[in-house]
Amino acid sequence: MHEGGFLYQAFVYLTAAVVSVPIAKKLGLGSVLGYLVAGIVIGPFALGLIGHEGAGVMEFAEFGIIMMLFLIGLELEPKMIWRLKRSILGMGGAQVVVSALLITAVAMLSGYAWQTGLALGLVLALSSTAIVLQSLQEKGLLKTDGGKNSFSVLLFQDIAIIPILALLPLLAVGGDDAAGYHGGGGHHGAAEWLEALPIWGQAGVVLGVVAGIVLVGHYLLNPVFGFIARTRLRELFTAAALLLVVGVTILMGMVGLSPALGTFLAGVVLAQSEYRHELETNIEPFKGLLLGLFFIAVGASIDFHVIAASPLVIFQLVVGLIALKFIVLVLVARIFSMSFDNILLFGFALAQGGEFAFVLFSFGVQNGVFEPVLVKPMIAVVAITMGLTPMFLLFNEKVLQPRFGTKEQERTSSDDTLRGQGIEEQGKVIIAGFGRVGSTVGRFMQANDESATYLDIDPDNVDLLRKLGLDVYYGDASRYELLHAAGAEQASLLIIAVDDPEKTVAIARTAMKHFPRLKIIARTAGLGDSHELIGMGIDHIYPETLDTALRIGVDALAILGHRRYHAVRAMHTFRRHEERHIHELAKLGHDRKELIREAKKRIEDLEELMLAEKRDMHSDKELGWDASGHISDEGHMRE
Amino acid sequence: MEGNGGVGKILIVFAHPAFEKSRVNRQLMRELASVPGVTLHDLYEQYPDGDIDVVTERECLEEHDVILFQFPLFLFGIPALLKEWMDLVLVHGWAFGQGGGALRGKLFSCVLSTGGSRSSYSKTGANRFTVRELLAPLEQVANLCRMRFLPPFVVHGTNVITREGIQNAAAGYRVVLQRLGDDAPPQPGDFDEGAYLNDILSAKEDAGHA
Repeated sequence: MHEGGFLYQAFVYLTAAVVSVPIAKKLGLGSVLGYLVAGIVIGPFALGLIGHEGAGVMEFAEFGIIMMLFLIGLELEPKMIWRLKRSILGMGGAQVVVSALLITAVAMLSGYAWQTGLALGLVLALSSTAIVLQSLQEKGLLKTDGGKNSFSVLLFQDIAIIPILALLPLLAVGGDDAAGYHGGGGHHGAAEWLEALPIWGQAGVVLGVVAGIVLVGHYLLNPVFGFIARTRLRELFTAAALLLVVGVTILMGMVGLSPALGTFLAGVVLAQSEYRHELETNIEPFKGLLLGLFFIAVGASIDFHVIAASPLVIFQLVVGLIALKFIVLVLVARIFSMSFDNILLFGFALAQGGEFAFVLFSFGVQNGVFEPVLVKPMIAVVAITMGLTPMFLLFNEKVLQPRFGTKEQERTSSDDTLRGQGIEEQGKVIIAGFGRVGSTVGRFMQANDESATYLDIDPDNVDLLRKLGLDVYYGDASRYELLHAAGAEQASLLIIAVDDPEKTVAIARTAMKHFPRLKIIARTAGLGDSHELIGMGIDHIYPETLDTALRIGVDALAILGHRRYHAVRAMHTFRRHEERHIHELAKLGHDRKELIREAKKRIEDLEELMLAEKRDMHSDKELGWDASGHISDEGHMRE
Repeated sequence: MEGNGGVGKILIVFAHPAFEKSRVNRQLMRELASVPGVTLHDLYEQYPDGDIDVVTERECLEEHDVILFQFPLFLFGIPALLKEWMDLVLVHGWAFGQGGGALRGKLFSCVLSTGGSRSSYSKTGANRFTVRELLAPLEQVANLCRMRFLPPFVVHGTNVITREGIQNAAAGYRVVLQRLGDDAPPQPGDFDEGAYLNDILSAKEDAGHA
């Protein structure tokens, strides 16, 4: 049925995604479930539009997971990870060890050798980073206690894959140790040269590579990205970002470490870089697509023949695995004194098998740890548990939490808790354009203890400001992705201070379209862009030269002998009229002739008004100070 | 300017240069937010750089029957911006004098907070003058503009006041505002020399007991 060919396959996958994901979203099921269902539908057991090449696709699509960890790394600074150390080591360690041992026990009771049992335990103790993080992110739960701890445990599991890979061959029941690890990127036997080295040599190489990533990321990448950004070719930056991720993946494959872990590390190193948001913006779409592809592949790989052959056994295994992992998770969460709501979330989020199980099972078969007969149903079980996870989370969210949940949702959303948790801390203000205007605004905000996220499109400028110790990011603020990455969702104010009027309007358009809650203040160049912004409904506009010009005017008047107080008050009057005119003229729209005529008339009116004010000491504010008016009333004042 | 349900009878001209630090005035403001018919006009918020829009101010004054100045007592006087406001808005030819009289017949009073106790504001006390005496310029301005001057509503001892004390003061303020919004509000003649507007609260109770 399937003709093969890249375009044909792409067509099938994309159609499945485009049709099923919006439906799933509409039904409130989340995109992960949509992709999984799409995979099942187009897979070999339903429509059969794709065949067993699904496995190859999955290997390719696992790259999405690697990218996801890179992106997560970008949002975590080293000190935040340090703050998470207790939950990573404590919770993660407890979860993996206890789950693995219990599964081992169950396997041994079922008559397997302890080696096979332990191998099964280690593989099944892992959860699915892809499904859990994607689902939690989509529901905005990553910042809750339960979400944060889930992340910590997943991080520990990713690290744990390294020793598990080393351990598995030793658990072979009479098999021989063949190929090395093939990781997420699929590098078969890549670590062979490494195994030729003595243990200390291996450790040295691994440490060296990790240190290399940190050093290169810290010292070399920023100038390189700066150089690329200066070419102003956006696709080149995208290429460089992809190159970085692919490069780290290959490198990690060569030394036998998890590529996901490596890119995560690279992400963390770059978390403080000014190119962080731009990197996020560039990698994000690839990650989304590949991750979607991955979920489709998981859906397609569920072997319904195996399930149909012994449905009861599969059912028991699925229920057993989920129940066991759930109980262990709840216990761990209790020990670490999480709240009730978060315990439920934590338990339901992580109670499945993970995508690494697919890798580890095939690795185990190669090494003679598992019989193929055992692995086939196990892969089906893992895939089913993964598919069930979004449903469990939905069940938890819609049924359990409303009934049994406490009011902790409120608390978790408050600033305090967010700060305490350390995941992503964004300013309330975004300042687009950190040039002559933006930098002053920014410094003023900072001097008043309002933290802001700064965006600028000039790499040289960003570089300079970074050296001055300011938190500036490179990127084009008129792009939705960059605003999103800069935290426009949570921010309350966007200050547009770029000097290009067209850009100003473009940024305002993007912001108003995607972030209607965001208040906007804009610097404008002249009447044209002022009117356009007013037309869009933005009232807080500041013509960039008005105030400076008026201050010069005040000083000029003072030097010419006017009283300073009078000059300043004249300035206030002038400015009030000027600002009113800008708003009124905006209503006239685009008729240029009419605009010029009206503007000219108003300028004359204003001049006349101010001159009259000066001549006529009785006018307006001066009146109270004018003794001449009181003289005739002296009788009155005396009574 | 923000009003509670359309234009009310009472206009509060509020002047506090450090409102964000004031416990007492914050509570008073919270209380009056729920009293109908009160327009609150926060001078330091509206005119942070002293650029007062005289025309709008006059229109606003003309629309109300009761004018209250609410402020903390600063060095025995009113905050600078309130004085600036008076100097610019209450001028000859509009507020008083020939062609004046825009404010004629309106009730006028002050709502003020001060650190000293009521007894310290007396001839023998540390502050040597009564609050009424210190408000003499305002009383005379009201007189000049032909407004009816009511004694002030005063919250004393703001440095040492308890949370409960603040709440009591705020509750009293609400009652006073409601009475001022009545069809038959208190009149200058109802008060003895040295009395406060606060005293109508206890007087009312006395009347109830009698």
